[in-house]
Amino acid sequence: MSVPPNAILALEAEGLTKIYGSGNTEVVAMKDVSLTVSKRQVIALLGPSGAGKSTLLTAIGLINPPTSGRITIGGQPVMDGPRSLVDLRAFRRKHLGFVFQKANLIPFLTAVENVAVALEINGETPAKARKRAMELLDYLGVADRSRNLPEALSGGQQQRIAVARALANHPSLILADEPTAALDSFRGRQVMELFRRVAHERDSAVIVVTHDHRSLDVFDQTYEMEDGLLRHHKSDLLHS
Amino acid sequence: MNLAAKDIRHNFGRFALTTVGIGLLLMIVMGMGGIYRGLIAEATLLVERIGADLWVVQGNTRGPFAEISRVPANLEHRARAVPGVAQARRFISHTVQREHGGFPLRIVVQGLSWPEDRGDWIPLTAGRPLRQAHYEMIADRSLRLPLGSKVKLGKDVYEVVGITSGMVGSGGDGLGFFTVVDAEAIQFDLTGEARRLERQARRARVESQDLGRLQPLLVDRAAGSETEIPALGPPQVSAVMLSLQPGVDPETVVRVISTWPDVTIYTKQQQIDLLLSGMVDRAKRQLGLFRVLLIIISTIIMALIIYTLTMDKIHDIAMLKLIGARNRVIMGLILQQALLIGALGYGLAYWLGTFAFPRFPRLVVVESQDLLMLGGIVLAISILASLAGIVKAMRVEPNKVLS
Repeated sequence: MSVPPNAILALEAEGLTKIYGSGNTEVVAMKDVSLTVSKRQVIALLGPSGAGKSTLLTAIGLINPPTSGRITIGGQPVMDGPRSLVDLRAFRRKHLGFVFQKANLIPFLTAVENVAVALEINGETPAKARKRAMELLDYLGVADRSRNLPEALSGGQQQRIAVARALANHPSLILADEPTAALDSFRGRQVMELFRRVAHERDSAVIVVTHDHRSLDVFDQTYEMEDGLLRHHKSDLLHS
Repeated sequence: MNLAAKDIRHNFGRFALTTVGIGLLLMIVMGMGGIYRGLIAEATLLVERIGADLWVVQGNTRGPFAEISRVPANLEHRARAVPGVAQARRFISHTVQREHGGFPLRIVVQGLSWPEDRGDWIPLTAGRPLRQAHYEMIADRSLRLPLGSKVKLGKDVYEVVGITSGMVGSGGDGLGFFTVVDAEAIQFDLTGEARRLERQARRARVESQDLGRLQPLLVDRAAGSETEIPALGPPQVSAVMLSLQPGVDPETVVRVISTWPDVTIYTKQQQIDLLLSGMVDRAKRQLGLFRVLLIIISTIIMALIIYTLTMDKIHDIAMLKLIGARNRVIMGLILQQALLIGALGYGLAYWLGTFAFPRFPRLVVVESQDLLMLGGIVLAISILASLAGIVKAMRVEPNKVLS
């Protein structure tokens, strides 16, 4: 898949295949998928349920290894088939950010603590982690809710805090799995625009799995998955 | 950031209730140890405090604390003549149960060898030792007999002239100190009818024999008061206690009295060992077993609670793994909570125990070595209890977040 010339690559996935089960129960969830994403790019991944979008996302997110294929993130090879070439947990900590349909905030931590915990896990001191967490909350417009527990926040606010947590360690790649599914269209659009702003201002690449066709204009490229195969979405083809 | 503390703050009610539950369980474990220690203390209290170096008991018996022992009262004089013996006292101890003020009153009647022993060695909290040969008693506080109160035992009334504390028998009943003669009177008190029947029986026995038929005066004598019949002999005592002169090796006195065929002699330590190996041993094993069971139950309950707390957080733990948390962060979250529950439960158990144990009907002695040991056990069970939760947390995959 194409990237702008001279772009710095955030992700190179080559020939990713994921097969669940074996024999009669074998299911090919992802078939020979290749994808290249450069920094500052915001990519949308469309497709019906069961098409393999989440499988691709979790494979790139190093939480569900592919059966075959290679993954390189920020220029560093990380997966060769199911074999990991780095300490995956440490790599995720430093280079990847995740946002999901549900914010998945830790319920016993306040908004600022939910962000700070990602920084402390990466070795930051508590004082510095808190300061940077506050900066991120401010950047995302939820600084005034920093002391609230997740249960006291709206869905949109929770999702912004999840984005702040994903950004905490300056990841080169942010992976978002249907991040607006639980939000109304207005707030959904806000979150999508937020990803675009983050990618451009923070020098990250963002891959978003979404069903929301109303916000496709936000993305630099749009792909579609069907039956485990990845291809350019027709809107992209029209543009090109 | 201390995740365990944050989680506790968020689920404080549940954490507090769990800690109280564990604390109460640990208090029972602590109390069991204390009851065992109390049992030993109560059982050996009299032997420890009565101030006897040697005990002379019925031949081939283990002494009055292990079985029935009967020796003639005049053994006291024989023993006093042995070189090295400073004092010989008769020992009488038996339990009576009477009604007093509408309530059952159980007293361990303890005879003091008047006039040598007036109970001066008994630590009094009020009143004075015995000052007359009859009708006075020193009562343990647990008997709830106030100073100056009068108690009818047998045909006589005894006045409480002294109050002591912590003096109980091996069964936990309070001691009452009387002169030996009074103690015997209480022990051998018979109703008038019983005496008449006994005299009739004696008369019938004599009449049925040739001697009675040939000498009718003997029949009249047999039907009279037993104190006027020399053949019946004086009442017997349980043992004779010996105190040695300063610097005398007990072994020398033991060697002499061991040659007497009608008695057996024990040192104070031997008497204590007999007490503990006999009646206290089974109670010790029973309490010990119960304690082990309680510790196992505490561990299982704690493990279940920690496991449930971990399962409630399993999604959060998966999220922490996803964002790259190291295993030690996750283990710390679980282990710190288990240790905190254990530590707070232990503290609560100790605090509650200081209020509850003195109100127990029997002595509860919590020694620092037992506290230390229980502390170690709590530490161990806290770690053990968190293992199931840690194993579960270590196995959870980060992609659990997606489910």
